[in-house]
Amino acid sequence: MTSLADGDWHRLHPASPLLRGGIFVFALLGFVIANLRERLVELAFGVPRESGDPIDAIYENGAVGWALLIVAGILIVILIAFTLSWRMHTFRVGDESVEVRSGILFRSHRQARLDRIQGVNIVRPLIPRLFGAAKLEVSVAGQDANVQLAYLGSALADGLRRDILQLASGARQPRSAEAPTAVDEPTTDADAAQPAADSATGLPATRRTALNDYANARVGEFLAPELDPDAAPPESVVRIPLLRLIGSIVFSGFTVFIVIAIVALIVSVIIGGNEWLLIAIFPGLIASIGYYVSRFTKSLRYSIAGTSDGVRVGFGLLTTSNETLPPGRIHAIGVTQPVAWRPFGWWQISINKAGHSTNSGAAGQAATTVLPVGSLADVAKVLELILPGFAIDEQRALIQQGLTSRGGGNDGFTNAPRRAAWLRPFSWRRTGYAVSAEAVLLRRGVLARELVLVPLARLQSVAINQGPVRRRLRLASARLHTVTGPVSATLGVIDVGEAVRLLETVTAGAVRSADSDTSHHWSRSAQNSPGTPTLVPYGPTPARTTPTEVTS
Amino acid sequence: MAQQPVPDYLGDESVAPASTEPASTEPASTEPGPAAPAPAEPTVPAEPVPPVGARLDLPEAGEWKRVSPKYVMVEIVGTVIFLLVVCAAAGALWLLLDQVWAAWAGGLLALITLISLAFEPRRVRSIGYQLRADDLLFRRGIMYQRFVSVPYGRMQLVDITRGPVARLLGLADLKFVTAAAASGVAIPGLAEADADALRDRLVELAESRRAGL
Repeated sequence: MTSLADGDWHRLHPASPLLRGGIFVFALLGFVIANLRERLVELAFGVPRESGDPIDAIYENGAVGWALLIVAGILIVILIAFTLSWRMHTFRVGDESVEVRSGILFRSHRQARLDRIQGVNIVRPLIPRLFGAAKLEVSVAGQDANVQLAYLGSALADGLRRDILQLASGARQPRSAEAPTAVDEPTTDADAAQPAADSATGLPATRRTALNDYANARVGEFLAPELDPDAAPPESVVRIPLLRLIGSIVFSGFTVFIVIAIVALIVSVIIGGNEWLLIAIFPGLIASIGYYVSRFTKSLRYSIAGTSDGVRVGFGLLTTSNETLPPGRIHAIGVTQPVAWRPFGWWQISINKAGHSTNSGAAGQAATTVLPVGSLADVAKVLELILPGFAIDEQRALIQQGLTSRGGGNDGFTNAPRRAAWLRPFSWRRTGYAVSAEAVLLRRGVLARELVLVPLARLQSVAINQGPVRRRLRLASARLHTVTGPVSATLGVIDVGEAVRLLETVTAGAVRSADSDTSHHWSRSAQNSPGTPTLVPYGPTPARTTPTEVTS
Repeated sequence: MAQQPVPDYLGDESVAPASTEPASTEPASTEPGPAAPAPAEPTVPAEPVPPVGARLDLPEAGEWKRVSPKYVMVEIVGTVIFLLVVCAAAGALWLLLDQVWAAWAGGLLALITLISLAFEPRRVRSIGYQLRADDLLFRRGIMYQRFVSVPYGRMQLVDITRGPVARLLGLADLKFVTAAAASGVAIPGLAEADADALRDRLVELAESRRAGL
């Protein structure tokens, strides 16, 4: 255990106020430079100035003393404010909760229960990353309910996340399988408070070596692999090859839009006389290049891996981010394949989750996309990490059928009847559902294929609907309610009788599954097999015994 | 099946459970069938669609508890207020701004509202709920039917609200809130004492079957 999760109050990285105010500091710097640019040009190149700048004005008015006083005053006020805000911003990680106290005039005290943690996210924006700092965010369910620790020393943040997850998992004694070597030595030497202490000693020789060490540690951190090789078994790691990443971005819906815009542009030029169209579209095309580049750099170095405390999704080249989702925090999983990806056999996986990180995810998409693009094998690997009970053969077969089967016949899914073709002319064969021991599977779409998996233990409620048109066709529609997110678990057409069956089986499954669910303290039940709680086969649980106070 | 210690809200309106209503009296049967023939016409043989049994229903479900018949008044007052607002807006547009189309549109909207007013008692009768062993079952709607089943353990909170008209009639609305915004289980028009008793019962049931988020 690092010293940070010991139940005492700790402070953040001393440079935090400066790093948090990052944009503001740069804006201020830019403002000063813009006002003095002629003076700077003169200093650098000896080009004589023509007009005066603020400093000239101060000279002429003989107010040098005042100006210096004001600048010094502002600097002192900023320094005091930063120091105070740093001193007042403290956090504590106890056995039950994470707490943060902050604010100078308006004090705030936020406390999050550890068993309610939905995910722990570590973000390293470019500039804090250069200084070896990282932002740690503990997300819990609810709007704006996250506990943010910005900023911590990079290695401290990693250690703190490990401790928080370990405490939250309910494993009371330190896990022996967890390698303490995960924090390598040189980085711990040069973390948080160290530079300040060095400058206090004042000896030039030691300072230089300390500075050297500091620089080396920073460079080492910057070049270190995004995913610590000790943290996850290598066979569970999914990465995206560069070509596939480029391909997935090129063959996206946005490209279709761009192509249409370009065609419209060419046509308008050929026809002539429509300059306004050129003016309207051209800036957009240039901006789209920026969009492609940012999508690309944000998805670089993408990795998803299973650790002992859940799935870890990391990405980013310059600004890096990685989030750990403990087991049982995923409310719905959507595996989709856009039409343009079909020839390549690529799929995308997105999820619904209750906690929402304030940082956006890979590829400029919401942080709910856990696999931006992957082959079928990658999909299988990722599902194995995020879906309870994936290892059961029956469920694996169902998922296989759900992804690639053309539908119809006896493929394990209850499919829509033939008359559903009135409403789903192409995809009615593939529109169906299946219920396995741990999840409901909804399959739909034939050109753009889609499979939705809802873990039964996370399901909130089930609804079946019928309007006049579906009534004439003896059909209904069904919807499984989960927390809000990009995945919507709806089934557009289903036979009336089947709809009722769906309602009953799914509700029964949801009740049974929630009873046997232990994921709020995921390790407590899996103590006997530490290291792989996500992969423990759940198996069909015995039927729930109805409490007597209800049936009596 | 669901013999609950909850007071029986059924009262005497239990004589008309919607599930036993003949399908032929439904307004739905007057609907123009499967709208415009889909492009898939050649591949789909015109299958005869029997009108009976097409209706969504839960045959095994127990007896539905209905909301108070007085709730019709609340709905009617709401609709009438809406009607007045529509008429006032249309009239203002017509008389003050000389927009003739407004009169037609307003009239049409008023007519539709009046027709729907006639179905109000039937619609209120279609609202029903059941406390089953492990889940709350809720239904509403005649033309557009909706059945929702919520396991008790998923409860986040129970909300009771009373509008001005409902308060005059001694009614209250109960809302069962889960972590999913779409669940939308709102039981309107319960007698106030019943709403309180139902709330306590639901909280108790949820407590004994608590699930994490």
